Amino acid sequence: MRACRVVTTPGQERPGLTHCKWRWFDAPPAPFYKVDTVMDETQAGVLDTVETIVTSLKHKPGALLPILHGIQDHFGYIPDVAIGVIARHLRSTAADVHGVVSFYHYFRSEQPGRHVVELCRAEACQARGARALESHAKARLGVDYGQTTADRSITLKPVYCLGNCATGPSVRVGEQIKGRMDPARFDRLVDDLTTYKLELN
Amino acid sequence: MSLRVFVPCETTALSLGAEDVATLISREAAARGLKIELVRNGSRGLFWLEPLVEVDDGTGRRAFGPVEPGDVASLLDSHFGDDHPLALGPTDELPWLKKQQRVTFARLGVTDPVSLDDYRATGGFDGLHHALELTPQQLVDRVKASGLRGRGGAAFPTGIKWQTVLDAAGAQKYIVCNADEGDSGTFADRLVMECDPYMLIEGMIIAGLAVGATQGYIYLREEYPLAHRHLDLAIARAEAAGYLGNNIQNSGRAFALEVRLGAGAYICGEETSLLESLEGKRGMVRAKPPLPAIEGLFGLPTVVNNVLSLAAVPSILRDGPEHYAGFGVERSRGTLPFQLAGNIAQGGLVELAFGHSLRELIEDFGGGSASGRPVRAVQVGGPLGAYLSPAQFDTALDYEAFSAIGAVLGHGGVVVFDDSVDMAEQARFSMEFCVEESCGKCTPCRIGSTRGVEVIDRIMRGENRDANMALLEDLCDTMIQGSLCAMGGMTPFPVKSAYTLFPEDFQRQGGEA
Repeated sequence: MRACRVVTTPGQERPGLTHCKWRWFDAPPAPFYKVDTVMDETQAGVLDTVETIVTSLKHKPGALLPILHGIQDHFGYIPDVAIGVIARHLRSTAADVHGVVSFYHYFRSEQPGRHVVELCRAEACQARGARALESHAKARLGVDYGQTTADRSITLKPVYCLGNCATGPSVRVGEQIKGRMDPARFDRLVDDLTTYKLELN
Repeated sequence: MSLRVFVPCETTALSLGAEDVATLISREAAARGLKIELVRNGSRGLFWLEPLVEVDDGTGRRAFGPVEPGDVASLLDSHFGDDHPLALGPTDELPWLKKQQRVTFARLGVTDPVSLDDYRATGGFDGLHHALELTPQQLVDRVKASGLRGRGGAAFPTGIKWQTVLDAAGAQKYIVCNADEGDSGTFADRLVMECDPYMLIEGMIIAGLAVGATQGYIYLREEYPLAHRHLDLAIARAEAAGYLGNNIQNSGRAFALEVRLGAGAYICGEETSLLESLEGKRGMVRAKPPLPAIEGLFGLPTVVNNVLSLAAVPSILRDGPEHYAGFGVERSRGTLPFQLAGNIAQGGLVELAFGHSLRELIEDFGGGSASGRPVRAVQVGGPLGAYLSPAQFDTALDYEAFSAIGAVLGHGGVVVFDDSVDMAEQARFSMEFCVEESCGKCTPCRIGSTRGVEVIDRIMRGENRDANMALLEDLCDTMIQGSLCAMGGMTPFPVKSAYTLFPEDFQRQGGEA
């Protein structure tokens, strides 16, 4: 993937490219893995970290899921530039690795908001009012599933069962699971997540 | 003896504030100069009483619950007295617990989940020590004699599966624990892993000894972060104590164990899809045969068992297969942990021998709906299980009695709905869930589920209702007959039961629902 150094950010002025065959595009077609391509220092840093994670896990049998978890644990998502590195180390193809990333609901290819809030949509929570909570949450945050609030504080996701089925509706924030959630408690949760607390002595 | 105070460290208790309660108890006790020993136990499984705090002053454990942070000060002021409004009396005398037959879950909530000493003091590893004296064939015979059937849902006899793997030739064999407990309304696997992880580890080691496998994997769903933490800690401690590794308790036998995390795919609870995922691929279902017992993980002989099946093994070895087979009826031997969930007043874990009735479970244990409204429908066996109406509540809880009425017992999850439920919506959700979670390998499941949502939408809008009902019926049959695995093959079960038992919900005028 290091070879992809063409600038592809849509809408950007690219005088050097006006004479090439792509000139009637606003931007050349983006590669499917959306490499934002000028390698700056941060990106080189990302690649180094990815290399380290992949190298430390690739000896495991069936290493791909542990590697993807390692990368998402570190970055919060799977950066597109990681795909090629993983493929090279596992002697696989970028298409195969991408196929695995896209198969699993948990893996994501974009940076989420500061908090990921997951609402349980499964039957046991439905029996306790999860459908009403769902519409309340979407209205309160102004986003649908898979979207992030404009201030990037919260990404809303559906989840199918958190195993907290006797005390639903259940919501997960990071490692924490919260039971008996109702619209009022959800609002308080959102307030807690979006308020910065200052401890003054 | 200083006062021992038990505050559960388990997901449901924590989801209701147990962590705050524990912190406050320490702080308030210190402020009062009271010496206490705070123990973080597992949950007893009485979820409507969580956080359930127990105290032991040397005369036995007494329970208080549900304890909210605001109750802590008054509890300490009363010195955990029996006259406190939250006092429930001696824990073991609670009728809800006393009526149960806890075999696999005997240790649930009693011990500190990650304490090896607690585990050994309550009969832990006795089964393993016994197993180390037996030959593999003797071990398999013990499991066969117990009558244990796979607790994941399919109820295949565990001993026969083990025999197949024992007889299969392979340089390397594997034990894979299916801990991808994705069914809504189930949490028994989670309770084993969070509250008694050594029992699962011991069961897996014994399985390894029985079939000649030296490597085990626990495929755990990502949605269970606490179970992950407890398992990792327990595995590390079991290794350090010589229960795992190259020389189990100086026997010269080896078994290594690793937790592998899933990534939010319901289909990976299907065993072949789980194996694909463990191999680092998309969780696509494999056609059977070959059976995983012959060609499983990395093409080698593999035992794939549910958490509960493996967790039952230590007690079968310790107390003998006859003891385990002494519970239950006919071909359903032993106990099944039922999980009361959804709109239920007293939800939680009820371990019973097979043969009790669904009504006993919902009314006697569950105490009816949480909302106080009449119970209208119950879904047993997860999102692929049929809905039942109150007229069927006298069905005996055993595998055969359930399949006789076109339902499944599955993993023992019981989700209760009150009369506010719209069964057409529930049927639609079953199809929608299949759209979301289908692996996409076979057409009836991949396309059929999408068409199912569309047909139900038309029925709910009142368009050509009779024709669309006929179409839905036909679609359900195609999915049942033509799908590769249970995902597509059983999604029609809840749908069919919904329109058969609750036809009025499908007859509404368009727009009314």
